[in-house]
Amino acid sequence: MKNFDYVRPSTVSEAIAAATEPDAAYLAAGTNLLDLMKGGVVHPNRLVDVTRLPGLDRIEHLPDGGVRIGALVRNADLAHDPDFARSYPSIAEALLSGASAQLRNAATVGGNLLQRTRCSYFYDVASACNKREPGSGCDAHDGENRLHAVLGWSEACIATHPSDFCVPLVALDAVVEIEGRTGRREVALEAFHLPPGDTPERENVLEPGDLIVALRLPSEARSFSAHARYLKVRERTSYAFAVVSAAAALRIEGGAIWDARLALGGVATKPWRARAAEKILAGCNPDLATFRAAAETALADAKPSGNNQFKIALARRIVVRALTLAAAGTPRRIPALPASPFSSISGALHGA
Amino acid sequence: MSFSISLTVNGVRRDVELEDPRVTLLDLLRERLYLTGTKKGCDRGQCGACTVLVDGRRINSCLALAVSHDGADVLTIEGVARGDLLHPVQAAFIAHDGLQCGFCTPGQIMSAIGLIQEAQAGDDPERIREGMSGNLCRCGAYAGITEAVLDAQKSLAEASQRRSA
Repeated sequence: MKNFDYVRPSTVSEAIAAATEPDAAYLAAGTNLLDLMKGGVVHPNRLVDVTRLPGLDRIEHLPDGGVRIGALVRNADLAHDPDFARSYPSIAEALLSGASAQLRNAATVGGNLLQRTRCSYFYDVASACNKREPGSGCDAHDGENRLHAVLGWSEACIATHPSDFCVPLVALDAVVEIEGRTGRREVALEAFHLPPGDTPERENVLEPGDLIVALRLPSEARSFSAHARYLKVRERTSYAFAVVSAAAALRIEGGAIWDARLALGGVATKPWRARAAEKILAGCNPDLATFRAAAETALADAKPSGNNQFKIALARRIVVRALTLAAAGTPRRIPALPASPFSSISGALHGA
Repeated sequence: MSFSISLTVNGVRRDVELEDPRVTLLDLLRERLYLTGTKKGCDRGQCGACTVLVDGRRINSCLALAVSHDGADVLTIEGVARGDLLHPVQAAFIAHDGLQCGFCTPGQIMSAIGLIQEAQAGDDPERIREGMSGNLCRCGAYAGITEAVLDAQKSLAEASQRRSA
């Protein structure tokens, strides 16, 4: 690991000033950053430790019915907050399906949004990667790419975004609160991560010095709590990134879908909101034909970026399954294996 | 640039001078405090061999910068027994053959102590397995580990009931 300068500011404004220096990076838990630094994938000159900044570790229930989650709230604390888990069950389920208990105890809300891709060519500094080194090319194109993107990818980059948490968040219209040199601003999570285009090194809208201070969910997000699921297909039973995932949230009244939210994970360089599919669902009966039509629409623009045609069919199926399970009702308790598409089949044995 | 930090490790205050901010909590424990019970497996947060409790919560010490944990309260495998009296989780790992080569065992035991304190899994073996999935055991002693965690959790609950009775 390359050496760096370490600073631990005590106020947000000091942090922003310290992080505006070239090649500075914010350090929260460091669960992704330190891993990348050990591999020589990133090599900041300065780490600005934000873990002691006051006031960023709170979950606040807002008067308008929304919730504001401080950027330093730990994943495990958010998932196990009883009121939060009851109001936003698909978000809690996504959190608990990610990483391991040790990592969830450390990793923060703000850091989760800034996770880097797990593309192995990004991690391998001997490989060409436009995201790690702009203009160097993309070895994933002709490499081992069965887990790469099927939506929104470009010639420059076919990596996927690894977050589980971001998938239900983007479905439920989360907003990112950012503090920067010119004050505070807000960006919808859907617009926070950028499509790769010709500049895959630019992954989000943050400018030098910008610090994520909180995440907000509008009051409407909790209106889906009775019918909300996150499902994730993994290559092993637990502690694995998504091959494909889906967050589905329905508001069902009088036997019909009044409103729907749908997003996919593991399919694109950003958490993928499926707005056209949501329109198909609204006003329809929550039945298999409707869910299949929504899944077709959600994947209508999908195309393989390599040896990953199977992910398109898999994504359609996981969308249908997520919608079916959401319609059946949010389980009273998060399943033993959170987000597993197999967990709800009675009699199924996991890891047995 | 050097950094003076102080931590409480297994109940004892330790002041450490770091010449360099790159030192992880794992390396500080092993190479500066000579507490080599905490193991370095992958050193990348994938295997769980380095699991310790920090302020009562289990984390991977390989992905924690020591300098960022100034003031923390750390519990390692060296701090769980009371003299010759094993911690109930240690005793249960022996009783249930929850190990073969033993390399992952300190991490497994610290993770199990953390899991039991989190009190989310109950007595459901599937929830125990899921809660322990951050600790790999390449000998494959998982069946014994699950039994050991369930058993230790039960004996700790009984001991706590006896104390409050």
